[in-house]
Amino acid sequence: MIRHRAGYDDIVVTAPVTLPYVRYSIHGAHWFLAGALAALLKRAGLDKTRIDGLCVSSFTLSPDTAVALTQHLGLTLRWLDHVPMGGACGVVALRRAARAVQSGDAQGVACIAGDTNHTDSFRLNLATFSQFARDAVYPYGSGGANASFAFLTGYYMRSYGAKREDFGKLCIAQRANALKFPHALMKKPLSLEEYLTARLIAEPLRLFDCVMPCAGAEAFLVLRRGEAEALGLPYARVLSTIERHNAFPDDPIQFRGGWALDRDELYTQAGVGPRDIDVLATYDDYPVISLMQMEDLGFCDKGEGPDFVRRNTFTVDGSFPVNTSGGQLSVGQAGAAGGFLGLVEVIRQLAGQPLGGAVANAKIGLASGFGMINYDRGLCSGAAILAARGGPA
Amino acid sequence: MTDPILMQLVAELAAGRIRVVDLTQTLSPDFPQIVLPPEMGQAWPFRIEEASRYDERGPSWYWNNFSCSEHTGTHFDAPVHWISGRHLPDGSTDTVPSAHFIAPACVLDCSRQAAADADFLLTVAFLRKWEARHGRIPRRSWVLMRTDWSKRTDPVAYQNLDETGQHTPGPDTAAVRFLVEERDVLGFGSEAIGTDAGQAFHLKPPYPCHYYMHGAGRYGLQCLTNLDLLPATGAVVIAAPLKIRDGSGSPLRAIALVPAPAGARSRVRASANTAKRRGAKTRR
Amino acid sequence: MTRPLLRPPRKNPVVRTRLPTLPPAGRSRVALGLTAAAARDRFELQVCRDCGTVQYPPREACRACLSQRLDWRPQDGTGELVSETTLWHSHELFYRERMPWRLGLVRLDCGPVVVAHLHGDCAAAPSRVRVRAALDRAGQATLIALPEKDTPNMADDRQLREMTCDPKFRKVLITDAKTALGQAMVEAIAAAGADIVWAGYAEPWKKAPGFDRLKALPQVAPLPLDLTDSRAVKDAAGEIGGRVDILINTADYHRNYGIAARNGLDAARAEMDMNYFGLLRLAQEFAPALRGRGADGQSSAVAWVNLLSIFALSNFPPHGTYSASKAAALSLAQCLRAELSAAGVRVINVFPGPIDDEWSQLVPPPKIAPARLASDIVEALRGAAEDIYPGDIAQEWLARWRDNPKTLERELAAASH
Repeated sequence: MIRHRAGYDDIVVTAPVTLPYVRYSIHGAHWFLAGALAALLKRAGLDKTRIDGLCVSSFTLSPDTAVALTQHLGLTLRWLDHVPMGGACGVVALRRAARAVQSGDAQGVACIAGDTNHTDSFRLNLATFSQFARDAVYPYGSGGANASFAFLTGYYMRSYGAKREDFGKLCIAQRANALKFPHALMKKPLSLEEYLTARLIAEPLRLFDCVMPCAGAEAFLVLRRGEAEALGLPYARVLSTIERHNAFPDDPIQFRGGWALDRDELYTQAGVGPRDIDVLATYDDYPVISLMQMEDLGFCDKGEGPDFVRRNTFTVDGSFPVNTSGGQLSVGQAGAAGGFLGLVEVIRQLAGQPLGGAVANAKIGLASGFGMINYDRGLCSGAAILAARGGPA
Repeated sequence: MTDPILMQLVAELAAGRIRVVDLTQTLSPDFPQIVLPPEMGQAWPFRIEEASRYDERGPSWYWNNFSCSEHTGTHFDAPVHWISGRHLPDGSTDTVPSAHFIAPACVLDCSRQAAADADFLLTVAFLRKWEARHGRIPRRSWVLMRTDWSKRTDPVAYQNLDETGQHTPGPDTAAVRFLVEERDVLGFGSEAIGTDAGQAFHLKPPYPCHYYMHGAGRYGLQCLTNLDLLPATGAVVIAAPLKIRDGSGSPLRAIALVPAPAGARSRVRASANTAKRRGAKTRR
Repeated sequence: MTRPLLRPPRKNPVVRTRLPTLPPAGRSRVALGLTAAAARDRFELQVCRDCGTVQYPPREACRACLSQRLDWRPQDGTGELVSETTLWHSHELFYRERMPWRLGLVRLDCGPVVVAHLHGDCAAAPSRVRVRAALDRAGQATLIALPEKDTPNMADDRQLREMTCDPKFRKVLITDAKTALGQAMVEAIAAAGADIVWAGYAEPWKKAPGFDRLKALPQVAPLPLDLTDSRAVKDAAGEIGGRVDILINTADYHRNYGIAARNGLDAARAEMDMNYFGLLRLAQEFAPALRGRGADGQSSAVAWVNLLSIFALSNFPPHGTYSASKAAALSLAQCLRAELSAAGVRVINVFPGPIDDEWSQLVPPPKIAPARLASDIVEALRGAAEDIYPGDIAQEWLARWRDNPKTLERELAAASH
């Protein structure tokens, strides 16, 4: 049943910002978040005092949360949120901020996500990621999600006939996209041979199936269209969003995500269909999840992912542009900023301000979010459909 | 009158014309302890625990705490040790007259007989034969039964237990009564783990040496060593137990003073005696 | 197919000994319920008393109906292997040193999906498996999926061996090998494939029938050892401590007195000196050597077994002072367990009921035969539990004690009148 939800009227997203990623940094998360906020303000031509709402996502801000940042960064706010939802934080932050501005609770909300990365950050974060991870996953030796997604990749290959070459095709296309993107940490082209023979991580996953943890930050600003135009800022319009947590809890393994429950609502509210999407950003912590999003977001049927991959090309100039800045697999995963990366790239494409390759005639974009492997599956799923200025109402 | 004699004793000792023979086994955890049936109260073996050894428990000193029975190692039996002596005055280690700590000793060489028969019993006949050779046993002297049992340094051989119990030499009933009633001795000493023979439970009365000696207010010495270094007569034994209130006995340092000529012979014999009990050194 | 274990080559004395590392040991309190069951060789999961849902990972409330009335109930562990992987990379030192490592995702027949270690003989997914809970080297419960039916040499699986203390090719010290139980223990451990069995004995002048027979076994090396003598324990540790992989403390001084039945302290003191202080002396001298060898190759130091008694849980008044000495030993064994945990050496506490020997002569049957007890201890070493209760009496008293310790106290007092 499709619930009728309020639309997003004249809410827009603007000032997409990426702070350059680095592999390791001696700075704390506060440094990256401050940097992203400063870059956003500069981009928007706004003084700090003009921002009255803030939404923050970070894994390495501890012991601080968003509240501490108000004093740390000298902000006096009417609206504040902290979104600890990993790869879904971009879409969720957009949802929160959009309603705040729409209702008048805030005039403009800066959404920022960023993390630092020390040589032991990843290992320490894993050990305390969640109670279930600590009790039921970490003791088995696989740090983080590698084992869970190895299980899923193997299951997916067995169930739907996906081959490693299919995953490889996506990774190679994203690498080609990344070579044009100035902030990507991966700077060498990737061949299928290299992809197939790379170091084993957790069978069947090899090195290039996994993201590289790094430090960095992303940000965007949510405003009413009138204000964005008054400031002379390029923007993208928000057509629809969805969000879901702990979907399909009784599935033995996560072969489908929450989008499958909510995608009809997503497209209905936006007034478009999958064929209308010009540029897609999937949350790509592992290639199998990108295929799952393509299926669950309606670009093909469940199980048709491999076939869909074989029939399309995914570079900026391909038949179906995906992760046009390179995705996390080629740019790097700067902690929670990984949940913003795809959304920020779609905003740039639709606002006509790409940093790397441009998707020709990009009018409608879809950014998907996924994250929080609490135990054996990602609990959060979300998506947002945005439109370029002057596109469909 | 005694003054010059005492000074002479000291001078003779210093000159080596009187030698000191150590009759005592070294107290160590390895020394065998008397075996009683499991249902009985047991005599503790010697145990020793460090309190500190120039370490964090005591930087500049070394000391131990130890525990044992009153009847562990070379030890003295007081009259109250046995039921027959329980009512005697001056019967515990704190009330035994200290004048009794120094006394002459007669050493009965049963080593050949004990080697042939672990259950050898000392008899009146043996005593009479000994007296024929060495003279009458003086009253208030120690009678020490030399069996060379202390040369059994293997604890298993020293205990000499089998399915019927312990097999060690000792006196028979008549011999004990003779020594107490006819010779008025101070006490009986043995190299083995008891003054009574290992199978003395089966004599009448059981354990006659304990029964009659202690019943008459006499004493016992056990686990002696180096009796082979003593002359048959003429040695003076110094055996002073610890002054334990109501004590039934105690481990002690038992020594003998012997004249030098015998000592010189003893020295030759000591060097020939190379057998050493594990953990127990015999020193003259 | 699991390859049978081979005798490891001799250790290269020039190479540094690998130090013990452990799998991650942190668990929430509610997850420790799994460990409590695995310690007794049980696989238990939370079952909701109100709606019957079985859940995993452990939670503070029922995931289905939010009820907080959750009971830990035994599970048979049967299920379907949904997917699998082999790790070639880990951030954890323990696993890094043991790559590659096979893991599986299993959907249990009772409902939940579990991540588990995967035995090498489990067929590729989809396949039927049996999941059991084992204690890992960190002493925490971990799940391992085994093939549906036993396979040859199954116990020799490299990953499963990280959860067990198999005596095969190991060197074992049995502190008192003279008693009936001690002798049975020597025979059972030798039959289980140990390379050396040091047979401890005290008071050599007291012969034990049957002890001499043991010396004929090629693996057996008699070892003088009196647990009441600190120096002797120190000397024994100096001589063999650096080679002991498994220590089985069978030394036991057992008399049948409560408080009123015996004047004086002699029997009680002897019981404490052997059963409690003996363990302390042994632990002070031998634990350091075992601690250093927790990861020393295939024949690493791996277990410390204490022969306690079911009387340690609740005093058996006819053997009252003995029970107290065993209770003291139990407490100390818990301390030892904590101190050895960082080295991955498992302390196994054995709580038999009355053993069929002279000191339980007046206790009515059922009593456990020494040979049976010895074989139960060998099974515990081959398994992955740490508290075992051999025999019918031990099982029954344990059940009563877990149900309500106070009622067992009353029942034992009544039985002794």
